[in-house]
Amino acid sequence: MLKFTPKRRLTGGVRLPANKTESTGKSIRRGLIPPRLIVSTRQQRGPAAKPIVEIGQGVLRGETIARAEKSDGTDVHAPTSGKIIAIENYESPLLSKVALELCIVIETDGADLAIQKRGPIEFAATREDRIRQIASAGIVGLGGAAYSTAEKMRGEPQIDCKLLIINGAECEPYISCDDMLMRESPEQILDGAAILQQLVGAPECIIAIERDKPQAIDAITLAADKLDLDGLRIAELPSIYPSGGERQLVEVLAGVEVPSEKYPSDFGFLCQNVGTAYAVHRFFRDGEPLSSRVVTVTGAAVAEPRNVEAMIGTPIADLIDACGGYSREAARLIHGGSMMGFELSEDSLAVTKATNCVVAAAPDEVKSENREWPCIRCGECSMVCPARLQPQDLVIAARESNAQALTELALSECIECGCCDVVCPSHIPLTQEFRKAKPLVQSLEELQAFSDASDQRFRLHEERRQDATIAAERQRDHIKRALSHEERRAEEIRAAVQRARQRKSETDGS
Amino acid sequence: MAAERADQNVMAPPHSSPKPAVPVIMRRVLYALAPAAICQTWFFGYGLIINFVFCALAAMLAEAAVLKLRNRPIRDTLTDGSALLTGALLAFAIPPLTPWWVPATGGVCAIVLAKQLYGGLGKNLFNPAMVGYAILLLSFPVEMTQWMPPRMGDIDFTHLGFLSQLGYSVSGILPAELSLDAMTRATPLDLVKEGLRSAQTFSEVRANSLFGDFGGRGWEWVGNFLILGGLYLLYAGIIRWHIPVAVLAGLLIPSALLHLFDADGFASPGFNLFSGATLLGAFFIATDPVSAAATVLGRLIYGVGIGFLTFAIRTWGGYPDGIAFAVLLMNAAVPLIDRYTRPRVFGHD
Repeated sequence: MLKFTPKRRLTGGVRLPANKTESTGKSIRRGLIPPRLIVSTRQQRGPAAKPIVEIGQGVLRGETIARAEKSDGTDVHAPTSGKIIAIENYESPLLSKVALELCIVIETDGADLAIQKRGPIEFAATREDRIRQIASAGIVGLGGAAYSTAEKMRGEPQIDCKLLIINGAECEPYISCDDMLMRESPEQILDGAAILQQLVGAPECIIAIERDKPQAIDAITLAADKLDLDGLRIAELPSIYPSGGERQLVEVLAGVEVPSEKYPSDFGFLCQNVGTAYAVHRFFRDGEPLSSRVVTVTGAAVAEPRNVEAMIGTPIADLIDACGGYSREAARLIHGGSMMGFELSEDSLAVTKATNCVVAAAPDEVKSENREWPCIRCGECSMVCPARLQPQDLVIAARESNAQALTELALSECIECGCCDVVCPSHIPLTQEFRKAKPLVQSLEELQAFSDASDQRFRLHEERRQDATIAAERQRDHIKRALSHEERRAEEIRAAVQRARQRKSETDGS
Repeated sequence: MAAERADQNVMAPPHSSPKPAVPVIMRRVLYALAPAAICQTWFFGYGLIINFVFCALAAMLAEAAVLKLRNRPIRDTLTDGSALLTGALLAFAIPPLTPWWVPATGGVCAIVLAKQLYGGLGKNLFNPAMVGYAILLLSFPVEMTQWMPPRMGDIDFTHLGFLSQLGYSVSGILPAELSLDAMTRATPLDLVKEGLRSAQTFSEVRANSLFGDFGGRGWEWVGNFLILGGLYLLYAGIIRWHIPVAVLAGLLIPSALLHLFDADGFASPGFNLFSGATLLGAFFIATDPVSAAATVLGRLIYGVGIGFLTFAIRTWGGYPDGIAFAVLLMNAAVPLIDRYTRPRVFGHD
């Protein structure tokens, strides 16, 4: 397999204790069927799907239980066989927060019967239909951001995709689900990548993996040599957080900086997580829609940390039980990794397609104190910022709600990676302040847009009014001219009549 | 549908433990100064320790008083170690044979005028220790120049014991048989300044027994320990390399060029490196984050500025050393430097 040398070094970033080896000692645990599944109808950024099943109805594995109504939604499938026992609102973790979502509750029967024995699925004829196939297979980005894969592949129609990036960097502490999947199913991942590459017509594909995953790198390299894939290369990245961020990967691999108001697809790049590539393989080769994912269950409060292939809708408590339960009281339960993950207040919440990791942390492994010292302007935050922002200045503007300054300092480029927080000797909750302040910048931008639009409207109105005035004047001139013309003619006629009369009287008189 | 839950009971990300807090950093900088302090005490007497106590005590009392006036929590601020560090840095710059009110005035001025009047830690424009030093140097020029010769076998030196040093600090009375004039001696920087001004060559000035391989004897050793402390700060990630390297480059490059051009008329770069407050300034004073530039390019400009201004003041100015004034001048330029060296934001033109 050919190696790809990254074009650039990551801007900023920090080296963090990985805390990954705890969960990579054992293979992925498969075949866990919890008694109840709470499947949210919203499994991706964008609209929820609409349930198409009724309470009391039996379902089989792979059966569509909720259908996307819009093109940016995705279908939701039953992860196993069982009976629908409720369709109601539950708290569900997705998109960096917990929100109430309509969920379909399935009582499982343990038989795990599939809807039908399906083999490979034919590619649809047109590109748009093929993309629709992916949405109907419920495939979303499994890196944690849960962006609809179909929506992402649509991209900008007039821009050709020149590079497919398969993201196996997995830079965030604690998370090891991609690492384990690459170790155990490298051929399936590469096959899925090849399908994606074919679907978007990308001439090149790079799979990016951080160097702290030598076993994954070996497995992928072996599999690539075996499959003999063209145009596939591997990029080994230094282990620096957040090099696995989408924009960061594009920066490092292609040397292109994608600003916040644009997408990598605007520059001809498509990034997909290794888990997503695996899901694409499962759908097109085995006919299995995406209804389960690998979740890392770890943290010092978990008895036997490991990765579990969890059905979507599995309550987190069942996942932790499958890993030997709690070994001590967890100080904090985190959905995601320790940098961008968010705290859950209870373990009854169910796995969504965004759940890449669950950390049950002991008190000594997480930030616990809220004490803050004054900023000493050490600038460490700006040194590690992957967006080259000045957090020490931004935080002042954020606390003063100074939207103007926040805009000037480009707050909207903040990717909320948390690097500034962990290096701050004053322990200022910078990322939290920035997240809170972002609506200010947005509202300023909206205000600006509104004012621009009003300005535009007024100008158009003025122009129209002026045009109308000019037209009216012209009309008047025209009428005037027309009138004067008629008057002149009447005059001429009168004069002619006069002359005729004169001539007549002259002749009569003579 | 998406009703976001109130999050008063959950911690916001990131959850990873942060780096050591401000008090730990201040404490580590104090540790880094300790070897040089012991060395300076060995070569120049107990004055440093006594001055440090008066400086720090006055600084902390003054800080507590201002905090009380400002209705701010006193304990949290006093325990952050910043006033203690200011006291320590200032004590290094005060001659050993000084009455107690000199370090005390310095400590009070540093904390009240340079720090608390601006709003406390993190808000000050100027380096507090250097403001304190500048005020002392301008107000008490005699007391601030009474340096002593180093404890060296072949040099005629008289150092006081701890108790008589303390007694002198408190009462201003020397033991009966001693006089200040007999005990104090011009510093190598003074000798070079005076010598070059009175048409001596640099090598003639250096023939004095107070001079060692590069700078003044004793001072060279203190310098070595300051370098050691600075390397520890770099290793511990408390400072970055940009400012010390830039300060030294800004001082040593012009010094080396002019010394090459005219070895008699200009002091050698080695002398500049190991004299006065060069190493203390490069590693411990210019690197004060609050009053230094925050961007990478800004730090290089700031450091070079300090180095070059120090060189200019030492070579052509009215004072033998220039670190304090150079730092204060560049402090004033920091807001401008930071504004114009802001790096290009990711994805922006």
